[in-house]
Amino acid sequence: MKIAVCVSHVPDTETKVKIGSDGRTIDPSGVNYIVNPYDEFAIEEALKIREKDGGEVLAVSLGGDSNKETLRKALAMGADKAVLLKDKDVRDSFAVAKGIAEYLKGYEPDLILVGKQSIDYDNLQVGGLIAEFLGIPSVSVVVKLEIADGKLKAEREIEGAHEFVEASLPCVVSAQRGLNEPRYPSLKGIMQAKKKPIEEVEAAKADSRVKVLAMKKPPEKQPGKIVGEGPEAVPELVRLLHEEAKVI
Amino acid sequence: MSVTIIAIAEQRNGEIKKTSFETIRKARGVADELGGTLKALIIGNAVNDAAKKLGKYGAENVIAVNNEKLAHYSTTGYTKVVAEVVKKENAQMIFLSATAFGKDLAPCVAARVDGAVAADCTELNVDGGDIIATRPVYAGKALVDVKVEAPVKIYTLRPNVFPAGDPDESGSEANVEEVTVEISDDDLKSKVTEITETSKGKLDVTEADIIVSGGRGLKSPDNFYLIEELAEVLGAAVGASRAVVDAGWRPHDEQVGQTGKTVSPVLYIAVGISGAVQHLAGMSSSKYIVAINKDNDAPIFQVADYGIVGDALEIVPVLKEELKKNLGK
Ligand SMILES: Cc1cc2nc3c(=O)[nH]c(=O)nc-3n(C[C@H](O)[C@H](O)[C@H](O)COP(=O)(O)OP(=O)(O)OC[C@H]3O[C@@H](n4cnc5c(N)ncnc54)[C@H](O)[C@@H]3O)c2cc1C
Ligand SMILES: Nc1ncnc2c1ncn2[C@@H]1O[C@H](COP(=O)(O)O)[C@@H](O)[C@H]1O
Repeated sequence: MKIAVCVSHVPDTETKVKIGSDGRTIDPSGVNYIVNPYDEFAIEEALKIREKDGGEVLAVSLGGDSNKETLRKALAMGADKAVLLKDKDVRDSFAVAKGIAEYLKGYEPDLILVGKQSIDYDNLQVGGLIAEFLGIPSVSVVVKLEIADGKLKAEREIEGAHEFVEASLPCVVSAQRGLNEPRYPSLKGIMQAKKKPIEEVEAAKADSRVKVLAMKKPPEKQPGKIVGEGPEAVPELVRLLHEEAKVI
Repeated sequence: MSVTIIAIAEQRNGEIKKTSFETIRKARGVADELGGTLKALIIGNAVNDAAKKLGKYGAENVIAVNNEKLAHYSTTGYTKVVAEVVKKENAQMIFLSATAFGKDLAPCVAARVDGAVAADCTELNVDGGDIIATRPVYAGKALVDVKVEAPVKIYTLRPNVFPAGDPDESGSEANVEEVTVEISDDDLKSKVTEITETSKGKLDVTEADIIVSGGRGLKSPDNFYLIEELAEVLGAAVGASRAVVDAGWRPHDEQVGQTGKTVSPVLYIAVGISGAVQHLAGMSSSKYIVAINKDNDAPIFQVADYGIVGDALEIVPVLKEELKKNLGK
């Protein structure tokens, strides 16, 4: 099995977002970047499949030089190879997926793993777009995956239910929390990752189609009121919910 | 040239989802403002009866695609249907709900119809002949105004944000036009073979108007019955912090937050939850937030409209009884 894992490089979940001077993106100063948390599930799943069925795991990231840190983490976890699709501009999902799909046409993976969503723009699109650009199926929000005989069976999460999906390979699968427990890179893995080369290729360019006009902060919430202490405060809370907020 | 909008309705077992009514109602408003045409689209097997209901939410014309191969969802199969209908109707805009279904389908359709998606929109405003969509990014820590520039513009609408309104009882049933789309095995490269309800009769957090969420302050999984009972009185869904999901106290489909679900209910009650940024990211757009926490410095109080300081194990049972009285139960 040849498995490609797409990894994105995103601000840490602790980040306090400040709007940048262009008024359209965040101010990156002081922001700590991490591997997109959902992509860790994707990497782990790729490694597990390789450990079981053999093959190779390629980590792919599209973006600037700093994305190499995320690729390095994928290598440290155990990916065999990594490629940076270089693009210094910020692109939307459509352009990112186009760039990745163009590269993967040459690699011909049997399976492409992505995360459920990037926690920066929360687009949930790259997986589905890559699949369609390559003319292959996709299954999103997967919590369980089995591969056998050129087919896959996946369990995906929907509202209040799970769907069991069958798909042919090659296929794109997007990983949801619950799929596995991502491993920590071992010391040996980290040392080895330093030696593994990261291939760099200019990304095939496509124009962004979702144009950001402005970024703004959500309306500030007024600090609320402490109704009181202990069970004695309950009647007043219920009254407020009923008469002031009118939600019950 | 006048614009044609296709609004996709989602059904499970012939039952239309509430979020689809929200989406159709909004699509109707946008179509009227743009002086365009709205057609709803519903896909499945034997969905004509369900289709008629859409008339009461603003879709006078509904396209129904019935095919026994489409009784269950198939990403590739449904993508083909939407793409064919968009082509046949020469539509320039597609509206869907940002549910698991809509979020799965939208990008695939975008690639096939030469479109692009503004995902999970919380506001859509018509500006001239165009739509400016507002959507949360960085888990709601910021918002962006975006414009889609593509031959087919696709918008997925966050559930619970756009009002569905009451059905127009005077409104007539929709005109249902049946359209046939051939589906070959090759069109079904991925298909759902089975669905199991994970939570029999239980509401999902993303669909609930009220959520009662519990965190580590509940001390033990055995105390979660307090949360469940409170939720039952309110007709609410049960949510959880990541700490209690990681500890195995609650299933992960209940997790609210940046790496869980994003919710915007009318009322969110956080019990024994500290209010870490990752938790707030998933629920701070709730209309009203109530916090119950024994630590009056807990960050959850910064976003709560109403707070009670104290022991959740003592407060929640009293709250349940008081609500029962109030709701006449
Ligand atoms: C990459 C990443 C992603 C994350 N994603 C999420 C996410 O999606 N969702 C999420 O929730 N978290 C997420 N977290 C975790 C988050 O940082 C917090 O650790 C978590 O939300 C804490 O859960 P908690 O509030 O239940 O527990 P704690 O922080 O332990 O808080 C327990 C609270 O209960 C109160 N308490 C204790 N006893 C009582 C009592 N008897 N009565 C009343 N109150 C009491 C305490 O005062 C305290 O405020 C993420 C973290 C990381 C690093
Ligand atoms: N720039 C990128 N490079 C590589 N993979 C990406 C990139 N952006 C998104 N992805 C992948 O696509 C998934 C979904 O991202 P999104 O559609 O942006 O929410 C992520 O979890 C990644 O696996």
